[in-house]
Amino acid sequence: MKQKLVVVGNGMAPGRMLEDLFERDAEAYEVTIFNAEPRVNYNRLMLSPVLSGEKTYEDIITHDDDWYAANGVILHKSSRISAIDREAKTVTSENGITASYDKLVIATGSDPIMIPFPGHDLDGVITYRDLDDVETMLEASRTKKRAVVIGGGLLGLEAAASLKMQGMEVTVIHLANTLMEKQLDESAGHLLADAFKDRGVEVLTQANTGKILGDGKIVTGVELEDGTQIKTDIVCMAVGIRPNIGLAQQTELAVNRGVLVGDDMRTNDPDIFALGECVEHNGQCYGLVAPLYEMASVIADQLLDGDAVYGGSVTATKLKVTGVDLYSAGDFADDEDREEIVLRDAMSGVYKRLVLKDNRIIGAVLYGETSDGPWFFDLLKKQTDISEMRETLIFGQAYQGGEPLDPMAAVAALPDDAEICGCNGVCKSKITGAIASKGLTTLDDVRAHTKASSSCGTCTGLVEQLMVLSLGDAYNPNAVTPMCGCTDLGHSDVRRLIKAKDLKTIPAVQQTLEWKTGTGCAKCRPALNYYLICDWPDEYSDDYQSRFINERVHANIQKDGTYSIIPRMWGGQTSSTELRAIADAVDKYNIPTVKVTGGQRIDMLGIKKEDLPAVWADLGKAGFVSGHAYAKGLRTVKTCVGNDWCRFGTQDSTGLGVRLEKFMWGSWTPAKVKLAVSGCPRNCAEATCKDVGVICVDSGFELHFAGAAGLDIKGTEILGHVKTEDEALEHIVAVVQMYREQGHYLERIYKWAKRIGYDEVRRQIMDDAEMRKAYFDRFVFSQKFAQVDPWDERVSGKDKHEFSPMATLRLEAAE
Amino acid sequence: MNAMTGTWVKVGTLQDIPKQGSRCINAGEMTIAVFRTMDDQVFALEDKCPHKHGPLSQGIVHDGCVTCPLHNWVISLATGEAQGADEGATISIPTRLDGDEVLLDASGLR
Repeated sequence: MKQKLVVVGNGMAPGRMLEDLFERDAEAYEVTIFNAEPRVNYNRLMLSPVLSGEKTYEDIITHDDDWYAANGVILHKSSRISAIDREAKTVTSENGITASYDKLVIATGSDPIMIPFPGHDLDGVITYRDLDDVETMLEASRTKKRAVVIGGGLLGLEAAASLKMQGMEVTVIHLANTLMEKQLDESAGHLLADAFKDRGVEVLTQANTGKILGDGKIVTGVELEDGTQIKTDIVCMAVGIRPNIGLAQQTELAVNRGVLVGDDMRTNDPDIFALGECVEHNGQCYGLVAPLYEMASVIADQLLDGDAVYGGSVTATKLKVTGVDLYSAGDFADDEDREEIVLRDAMSGVYKRLVLKDNRIIGAVLYGETSDGPWFFDLLKKQTDISEMRETLIFGQAYQGGEPLDPMAAVAALPDDAEICGCNGVCKSKITGAIASKGLTTLDDVRAHTKASSSCGTCTGLVEQLMVLSLGDAYNPNAVTPMCGCTDLGHSDVRRLIKAKDLKTIPAVQQTLEWKTGTGCAKCRPALNYYLICDWPDEYSDDYQSRFINERVHANIQKDGTYSIIPRMWGGQTSSTELRAIADAVDKYNIPTVKVTGGQRIDMLGIKKEDLPAVWADLGKAGFVSGHAYAKGLRTVKTCVGNDWCRFGTQDSTGLGVRLEKFMWGSWTPAKVKLAVSGCPRNCAEATCKDVGVICVDSGFELHFAGAAGLDIKGTEILGHVKTEDEALEHIVAVVQMYREQGHYLERIYKWAKRIGYDEVRRQIMDDAEMRKAYFDRFVFSQKFAQVDPWDERVSGKDKHEFSPMATLRLEAAE
Repeated sequence: MNAMTGTWVKVGTLQDIPKQGSRCINAGEMTIAVFRTMDDQVFALEDKCPHKHGPLSQGIVHDGCVTCPLHNWVISLATGEAQGADEGATISIPTRLDGDEVLLDASGLR
């Protein structure tokens, strides 16, 4: 008969333990889990990205309901264990479920410490530990403005950065002189504080919280011991964790700060193990994931009568705040017998410090550039004698051996037991072994089988390099994806060859570049048609049969085969004449739905295809032209009312928007392009999530690009600042032309810019006046052929065949 | 209008249809899409994708197939069958060219 294993707690450590156990012997135990939280197992490391909005809860689930079912695990959710009977070998939960065990694993984790300041029980005082806390904070960030985070350690800072990303005003209160003083030395602590201040987070160090202020019910502020008061709507307390030993204590197991275990991870009752943050081993409690995983694998082995032992862990820390690179490991306090090697580059914000003792690394702090972290950590763990490479040690692994090695050689040189993924404790040989034995060929496969790079993702580059080493040419992370099944060439190659070989028609491209199909397909033809129109605006004649239907008939097809149309409203402005013309057309053609769009225009939906030219004719009489709402081209230019009306407006944002739209309408682009101009930093036109956006300021115009608010959500990057409207126009047109010439078909500006590098865009558009002018001129030239109103053309009879049936058959009833 | 005499019925000329394009024919309840390929072959299908009834006449014609404008299913012009991993077929109507005249077999229509 199978033995019974009961697990109390369903955090990351027991999740990992069960994976290890099932991998080695799926049949050994019948497993029952009791979880106090009402959910499946999720990746606690990723709570900060959930709080900042970069991920969702679903993204961070490690084991879903199916996993438990597939492995025959019984999971009792929302079932907190209230009693363990060691005599009878049973556990009982608060909600009355009793289960018997042969082996028991206590993994009750830890509780956040809540310091009992006066006022700590007010509404709005939150700890930061589990998903409920995250949800409480997210809710607060939607309705409230200010947050105070008490505690400038790892968790507190991640919480602060995330709340700031959610748009709150955040103050961090920290007791010590510098942030993260347990992991960082003073210099790195100051750099970190500066990075947070740059993000607009206020950081108070040496600040001793006195009490939390409230109106009797809800928190209103925090008062420091020196009397300083800080107004706030929520207080997040992130001052540390305390092993949760209540259950063990009550069961009369040996406890100290945590549940005491030996090297075999057993408590003083040999049938009861303890695992994770509730454990104290050899005087140490751990709060980071790598040691917990090491414990998990020891228990899995012990459960199968193995003799693995846990020898304690040296830990390394990484801060998961987007844009702040920080790595620390070991001991770096000053002492007489220690030496240090320091590298500072204030300009690029890099700081590296190694602490040495007897020619061995005992501590490492890296700030700004952390890619050598795992290598230093490996030298530290192995206590390698570094005297041979002392002079170049600080420059990192790539500089050992006299000259820079290529990064592949550096990875190849890593020992088999070098840790690649710190989150999941995966070493090099486990990855290369899995690739070879399981025939893995994709990054997702490797993640699924080894867990490497599946948590915070910072080791993805290393994992990919290992894949290249193992698989050679069979794996190429930068492999060119072919345009479509008709060719092996990627978009960039095709664009380059069109110019280099002077190819000016679709058949010429297909012939010269050896297309595998006769006439291409619905993927490559629209792309080629765009590339040719962009590169040879005066010579190429648009191939309408290679356009998607919307661009062919200049309206948007709907699911029932009818069409919708949106006329241009320059800069989102309209007039009584225009509105009357729309109203008349709606009545005359029985247009069923009229809708205001997100781009400040009016959409008329449900128009029969045959009616399109007549509707356009009527609209044209009122001065309307096509709004290109169907086009991979310039769509809208959204504006606010600017200094014409608004008391905050600094410039004529509407005027600039109209000017941009009149200048750029009709241009085809790789994918749609939406612009916006806001008259002041309050940004009512939402310019900072557009393909190109302008924020007017007193001193001129702040130009933004590469935003997104669709499938992906991404704030814009700053292109630069210009003083006059003319300059703003030239820069914007130039950056769009650069994108037109380099973008892959259907690739939005934000993806293109990321691919070629934001700095490269700035260099060409902001720093190189000649290049900018050349882009501008090429755009202007191409507009000569593009700015023809397609609706007017069709009213005048162009493509008549599109809008009428070829024949109508009169069918006689079949008899 | 073309009254029906016999099974083959004239619906227009080759020049009425753009190369790699399509025209529609109203036939009672049914709309028929007539396609012309690059090499001047002519095919006719009911103007209804087997997936969500998208109008195939509005799709891109390529290599003996048309790609539906709604969700990019690829339908064989000759058989009306969905290509690749998708499954389903639309009604295919026999066609014939007599010189430049395009004729449909109307026997299956009602």
